[in-house]
Amino acid sequence: MAGKSATADHHDHPTGLKRYLFSTNHKDIGTLYLIFALIGGIIGGLLSIGMRMELQHPGMQIFSDPHMFNVFTTAHGLIMVFFMIMPSLFGGFGNWIVPLQIGAPDMAFPRLNNISFWLLPPAFTLLLMSLFVPGPPGGDGVGGGWTVYAPLSTSGSPGPAMDFAILSLHLAGASSILSAINFITTIFNMRAPGMTLHKMPLFVWSILVTAFLLLLALPVLAGAITMLLTDRNFGTTFFDAAGGGDPLLFQHLFWFFGHPEVYIIILPAFGLISHVISTFSNKPIFGYLGMAYAMAAIGAVGFVVWAHHMYTAGISLNTQAYFVAATMVIAVPTGVKIFSWIATMWGGSIVFKTPMLWAFGFIFLFTLGGVTGVVLANAGVDRAMHDTYYVVAHFHYVLSLGATFGLFAGWYYWFPKITGYMYSEFVGKLHFWVSFIGVNLVFFPQHFLGLAGMPRRYADYPDAFAGWNYVSSVGSYISGFGVLIFLFGVFLAFQRKEKAAGNPWGEGATTLEWTLSSPPPFHQYEQLPRIK
Amino acid sequence: MPNGFPGARVCALFTAIASFLFSAPAWAELGQPRPWQLGFQEPVTPIARQIGQFHDFLLIIITVTSIFVLALMVYVGLRFNAKSNPKPSKTTHNTTLEVLWTVVPIIILVIIAVPSFRLLFAQYDFPKADLTIKAIGNQWYWTYEYPDHDALTFDAVIVEDADLKPGQPRLLATDNEVVVPVNKNVHVLITASDVLHNWTVPAFGVKVDAVPGRLLRTWFRAEKTGTFYGQCSELCGAKHAFMPIAVRVVTDEQFASWLQKAKKEFAAAPSETLQETPAETPRLAELKR
Repeated sequence: MAGKSATADHHDHPTGLKRYLFSTNHKDIGTLYLIFALIGGIIGGLLSIGMRMELQHPGMQIFSDPHMFNVFTTAHGLIMVFFMIMPSLFGGFGNWIVPLQIGAPDMAFPRLNNISFWLLPPAFTLLLMSLFVPGPPGGDGVGGGWTVYAPLSTSGSPGPAMDFAILSLHLAGASSILSAINFITTIFNMRAPGMTLHKMPLFVWSILVTAFLLLLALPVLAGAITMLLTDRNFGTTFFDAAGGGDPLLFQHLFWFFGHPEVYIIILPAFGLISHVISTFSNKPIFGYLGMAYAMAAIGAVGFVVWAHHMYTAGISLNTQAYFVAATMVIAVPTGVKIFSWIATMWGGSIVFKTPMLWAFGFIFLFTLGGVTGVVLANAGVDRAMHDTYYVVAHFHYVLSLGATFGLFAGWYYWFPKITGYMYSEFVGKLHFWVSFIGVNLVFFPQHFLGLAGMPRRYADYPDAFAGWNYVSSVGSYISGFGVLIFLFGVFLAFQRKEKAAGNPWGEGATTLEWTLSSPPPFHQYEQLPRIK
Repeated sequence: MPNGFPGARVCALFTAIASFLFSAPAWAELGQPRPWQLGFQEPVTPIARQIGQFHDFLLIIITVTSIFVLALMVYVGLRFNAKSNPKPSKTTHNTTLEVLWTVVPIIILVIIAVPSFRLLFAQYDFPKADLTIKAIGNQWYWTYEYPDHDALTFDAVIVEDADLKPGQPRLLATDNEVVVPVNKNVHVLITASDVLHNWTVPAFGVKVDAVPGRLLRTWFRAEKTGTFYGQCSELCGAKHAFMPIAVRVVTDEQFASWLQKAKKEFAAAPSETLQETPAETPRLAELKR
């Protein structure tokens, strides 16, 4: 697959199991990440369809025990965050594209890169195993939500399932911290001669900011869940008021990680969308520096807004007022990004190839998710919306319709580069339109459900909520069909074997990866490119 | 709008339209959701009304913003596609524009912040209490206490589907309802005995976590009589969806007679209440030790 030219290479070029299991090659590891994310995404997606099947009608349908429904929501959240979005956008595209875009032969620490990836399968396995061991009395699996709030995750879930999940998160976190270190080192030290930070492609900027977020946020999560572990097993009382602890401490620690985490999810998408927009508009990125520093600003401010997830948790009035103000600030750099993307297209010569379609969809849907974020930022009105479907709609608009649309834009954009084959435009566009209709049907009605007061994480709901829930479920099946089209498109591309040129996108694609063959040689840049 | 804020008058018309579209009409049943509802439940407290008005205002801003972005994108897609505009420009900077799209959002946010803080501070502006009740979250039912009235205590457990009486909404009705007088300031103290829960009544605009080891509080002043429903809003385990909140707002006289009756009823059978608690609770308590 790596092309004939690579075999002439004098470097070691292992094949088969050895090539992937022991791989230190950033492209092979990137491919592993992408395959892993694909599997994670399919499992996580199936779980969500299970939930929507249950919620299609009032009453208990497919789950005999509401706890099992909670297990599904929990697993869906954890899998989509840790085993789908992060491995694909940060691990997959980050590994594949960052060295190519900065003109580096590989990552700074290739073996560290290997262990970063290979920590993930055991982490995922632990999480899947947790589904089959006892959790709360009388039920298997973790049903405490992806937020695993204490004390439901301590005294409320005495079985070993929670311990499995905690250790799974520890491994996934270690994996991310290691790869964050790797990316930071690579980006700081291995840029081609002449590529200053201010000439660096925006995707690399986004990965750099994301890596710092991971490096600063994940240790806090690790600490918090370690405290959970000792509370559960060794008699400490960090989160138990009876022993002088406080359940709120966990929420503070969790969201100190959790809020940067949502930017960890979306920032790589921000970065790659800029390239897609610029490429298919045949126009350089508008306001490059503003775009780069907007991402840095979002990352920085993202660390001081965490308690907007906790407005009803019992934090003081003045604390709430501070978090309202701080949270609203984020709308400003986000607005800069949205308008700069539109300005990049303005005056351009836009070709609506599949990646551009996804990027176009991304901008609008992310805007919709962004504006409801401004609503939720206000503690006063969040009082009515907290823990309702309005919140579910909001974060799926920015993540499921934002990050995932970004993910697919990147997938179609770099698919020819990564595989060397062109995908089918027709199937790609069909995938887009089916998904676009599907996800909007799923999530737009959830705003109405939330405003009407339907709480989230409910296995059954009052009959008045039946209508919009039905629409939402139908949308979920349409989205699921979209995933099948996507998989068919991938299959078709490998079947047709239509060779992709080094640069299939023409003049608009200006970053370094397009100067290489598709797929690039096993080891690229034996002569470092020079940036003027 | 009780307290005007910048831009309020300009938006008054839109607010009226939005209220019409997104608030529950007067004929809707109070205190519970209705099919195909688009907006909030009809407010019955001053705070809930203020939340609704502020949300209407926000809804205008976010709708206009979204439509503006959509319009730009549609224009860009039609005007600057490869057919209409084969020769792309190479513009990458426009300082005026960049300053503008930084400053205008800041101004909008400041305009939002004024009524936002007013609402937030109003929610925490506790008036003198006419009645205080205490709600204790348990897996999976609520215990209520009336500390002002001989510590009257009772549990409120969901009415199972099979036991529903006509007029009782499924998953919302409880066997015992919290009863409070109309047009009185009611303080609610909220805590939990096992895991996190959350006490909320959408029509009152209140929502507070029930945290074991902490005592949080909120207040409401219901201006209409009727039964108002809410549902536990913090994930609390298997039967999270099955521990609703039902508050019956009654006249002063009805409240007084209810108090008398309730004191007798719930004083007579405290042990019975204990027996009704789900088997999980003592087991959890044991685990906690």
